[in-house]
Amino acid sequence: MRAVSDPENLQRSPLHAVHLELGARMVPFAGWEMPVQYKGIVDEHKAVRERVGLFDISHMGQFLVSGHGAEAFLNRALTNNVAKLAPGEGQYTIMLNAGGGVIDDLIAYRTSEREFFLVVNASMIREDWDHLQKLLTDDDDVQMADASALTGGLALQGPLSRAVFKDVFSEGGAVFPERNTIQVAGTSEGILWLCGTGYTGEEGFELFMPASCAEEWFRKIADAVKAHGGMVCGLGARDTLRLEMGYPLNGNDLSPQRSPLQAGLAFFVDLDKGDFIGRDALVKQKADGLPDKLTAFRMTAAAPPPRPHYAVFYQGAQVAEIASGTMSPSLGQGIGMAYLPLEASKPGIQIEIEIRGKHFPAETCKKPFYRTTNA
Amino acid sequence: MSNIPGNLRYRDSHEWINPTDSPTKVGISDHAQHELTDVVFVDLPKVGARVSAGDQVCVIESVKAASDIYAPVSGEITAVNDALTNDPSLINTDPYFAGWIYEIKPTNPADFDALMTPEAYTAHIG
Repeated sequence: MRAVSDPENLQRSPLHAVHLELGARMVPFAGWEMPVQYKGIVDEHKAVRERVGLFDISHMGQFLVSGHGAEAFLNRALTNNVAKLAPGEGQYTIMLNAGGGVIDDLIAYRTSEREFFLVVNASMIREDWDHLQKLLTDDDDVQMADASALTGGLALQGPLSRAVFKDVFSEGGAVFPERNTIQVAGTSEGILWLCGTGYTGEEGFELFMPASCAEEWFRKIADAVKAHGGMVCGLGARDTLRLEMGYPLNGNDLSPQRSPLQAGLAFFVDLDKGDFIGRDALVKQKADGLPDKLTAFRMTAAAPPPRPHYAVFYQGAQVAEIASGTMSPSLGQGIGMAYLPLEASKPGIQIEIEIRGKHFPAETCKKPFYRTTNA
Repeated sequence: MSNIPGNLRYRDSHEWINPTDSPTKVGISDHAQHELTDVVFVDLPKVGARVSAGDQVCVIESVKAASDIYAPVSGEITAVNDALTNDPSLINTDPYFAGWIYEIKPTNPADFDALMTPEAYTAHIG
């Protein structure tokens, strides 16, 4: 029974009072005081897999990048190729340091020919911003704005997302956002960004809005979610849902010491688009061979849940620590990811996890751990 | 709100024990199971183990965290609740009966005097 640590220094969501009203358990996360759960992680997790769930993601950061040089600038700063995006489209992409290590993973949307909307991790808002500012020169013809502090965010996820969307947006002109698309709407309250993205593997959307109207949107969508048998969900379920999909969490699975190639994110790295920060290091690493790779595993016998930093053994020797691990609510089995040596990174390799001094058997496997109906 | 049976004694770390039985069962309170939520694994102690009051004897795991369970009194562990191996959520659904964790034969009756009455425990969890 842990106490909330140092609550004075934590930032609060515009929905803070609503969370307390709903009986949420608040915990520190990425410098924010956020709800880890309302009724329970397992129930909330299952609500998203079977019906629909609503999350507060107001802690996430939003940058606006615009100008004649915005496309070229972002292609220099990020691994994926923003030139491939038509207005209204988005892509998962990665910000690297010069050594090819991961600073942050983010979504870049092209909202118009010369305007981009970036959604970054809460813990990295300041660092990402400073990094981009340092890369920017007067010749770039790029303007940047940080909308993070002014913006609330909600994620609606689950197979019944379309039904909830229909209830909530029936009067407006919005259509359900298909995967990796964005719609921007000017309203009397300010700008709304409606994005076809999520972190659970289920169908759904993320909606960003001025903080001043976050509560109104939350209550409206939460009512529709309840009407469809869904639940309001905390960040605990968000974490188990993303891990079942094998999605990385920055800080656990991504770090400045490891490249996106090691993290299994080569699909989001375009080495052919021209130079970008970290490219040389990736080209060299590709030629030299990867030292290790983020590898999925599952426990193969009854065992306590695998958790971050537990030791991983292969052929009798410790080879890694767990990066992310949990008891999968969908599978009823411990699952996790760890950076394993290349020879142990293919599926079907027997490994052991040390938990409180005892070794428990596990086996490497393919991602995702769980297949959604949306796959 | 929280269910606190009047016939039990409580440790400040939220274990309950019945002072009138010997051997007697030990579990965690309704308040504790609510705080833990979603028990997904119980690392049961060994039958026959001799423990002292205040010893850490086993671990309960929820999705989010592992929590140590302590011995409210000194004694020998005489049985464990094997049903928790297949259904750890019994601790959530029935913390005072089907969700008991282990059984202990107390060796020092005075240990019970150091435990909280239902009234004191109610005040403790405030």
